[in-house]
Amino acid sequence: MSATQNIKTIAKRELGEYFSSPLAYVVIVIFLLLIGFFTFSRAGGFFERGQASLDMPFFAWHPWLYLFLVPAVGMRLWAEERRVGTLELLFTMPITAGEAIIGKFLASWIFLAVALVLTFPVVITVNYLGTADNGVILCAYIGSWLMGGAYLAISCITSAITRNQVISFIVSFMICLALVLCGWPPVTDFFTRWDKPWLVNIISSLSVMSHFEWFMKGVLDSRDIIYFLSIIGFSLFTTGVILRSHRAG
Amino acid sequence: MIKVDNLSKAFGPKVAVNHISFTVERGEVLGFLGPNGAGKSTTMRMLTGFIPPTEGKISVGGFDMLANPIAAKRLIGYLPENAPAYADMTVWGFLNFIAEVRGLRGEEKKRAVHRAVEMCFLEAVLHQSVDTLSKGYRHRTCFAQSIIHDPDVLVLDEPTDGLDPNQKHEVRGLIRRMGERKAIIFSTHILEEVEAACSRAIIIDRGQIVANGTPDELKRRSEQSGVVLLVVREASGKAVQERLAGLAQARRTAIVKEENGRVWARVYPRGEMPDGDLARAVSQAANGWTLEELHTEVGRLDDVFRSITLSDVSTKSGTNESKS
Repeated sequence: MSATQNIKTIAKRELGEYFSSPLAYVVIVIFLLLIGFFTFSRAGGFFERGQASLDMPFFAWHPWLYLFLVPAVGMRLWAEERRVGTLELLFTMPITAGEAIIGKFLASWIFLAVALVLTFPVVITVNYLGTADNGVILCAYIGSWLMGGAYLAISCITSAITRNQVISFIVSFMICLALVLCGWPPVTDFFTRWDKPWLVNIISSLSVMSHFEWFMKGVLDSRDIIYFLSIIGFSLFTTGVILRSHRAG
Repeated sequence: MIKVDNLSKAFGPKVAVNHISFTVERGEVLGFLGPNGAGKSTTMRMLTGFIPPTEGKISVGGFDMLANPIAAKRLIGYLPENAPAYADMTVWGFLNFIAEVRGLRGEEKKRAVHRAVEMCFLEAVLHQSVDTLSKGYRHRTCFAQSIIHDPDVLVLDEPTDGLDPNQKHEVRGLIRRMGERKAIIFSTHILEEVEAACSRAIIIDRGQIVANGTPDELKRRSEQSGVVLLVVREASGKAVQERLAGLAQARRTAIVKEENGRVWARVYPRGEMPDGDLARAVSQAANGWTLEELHTEVGRLDDVFRSITLSDVSTKSGTNESKS
């Protein structure tokens, strides 16, 4: 049987599990409520701006909201398998560990896509009120999804490290927070004071913020895409290494 | 079908499995016996490719588990200890998932799931989610999972754990029937199970194989094996002792008790001899007494198991004491 088929089978089961558990619906509802609140309240200032754009009122919140949302989606991926013992079933099936890791990651990434697609009323609203640049909006959505994927892949690692979902949640929250903050102006300003521009450059280029900003502006740069994909690739590889080291004992 | 060669596993400084070798052919049911923590589960986990061995080789159906794990795993059905299953799935959904991972599709998959459900009596709970099942049903669900692709090799870690006596009987029958066409290894610490289902048994203790043979062979290693027990009336213990001590076939005679003019005695055989020889000699010697009972004991696996796995422990704790 081919690898794609194995990945599809694993992903299908995982997705089914998402939508049969209350956690998924809770996460989606909270995400939609929060993003709606931030966009349309004074905080996002969608109406106050008087512009038919979504970057500042809507997409700028994503890196922050994902800090809670994505670790919650990813925390059970491996922690639960290890706790219940189904990991032993999965890894004695005729599939490779890579297929299982990719399959499970894809399922959670698709789940994230569903949550993102459900924000469509915001897009309808902005198009109804003015003439929005839907190309820019689509580009920002792609960036948001890639960023979510990077967070998710990090959650995969933390989920593989521990059997405890809460620990997994907190650790991946912290790692993602660090990735966000190192490009956040208050933090980069702090490093600017050292008067070492190259250091500021390195630190801020590690941040999801500096890469996501280009997507928000409607710029689809291959370097930004590669940035997110390499975080995903590296994290999934690390997940594999960790899962193997558990078994090696 | 299964060939294990010099297999070892160490977790840090702790050696869980220590250079064990054995083979299982098609048509054999191998019972894996041993006290808790003897290394049974660790061996099975290595056998099924879940954990890599520290040393040694495993080959399943000619495929090396380390070099060609996918091909080897395809031949194996595995029931892990504690029968894990995805809690949020229904029994039907779970079995379909496993069938798909096993590469079954369409009509073939439907037939495989149906057959496994039928063999494990799961019709009643088919659309219930796994976490609402009783322990027995959950166990059977996981068992169904292991036979869904009709594997040539079955590895079952305590397959009757948590089942009621009827279900135990059912599962043992199932194992015995399937054992005619497959190579099966199952672990247990219930000794009657070995007699009921196994064609061969291995006793493993602290990571090493301490006995390997058919249940009958193992039983013969018992202290009690071949002992003739007799009960006679109207004779004194002393007379019985004297007359039986003269037998060439007897190593030793022990009077168990004397009560109301009856004597209970045990006669221990001298070395190996054909079945019934000692009993015949004893009955001839008993000529003149009223013989109430006479039978040859076959030996019990319990005794063998205990004498093999306990003797080492006591010597070990003895050395510990002398050290401290």
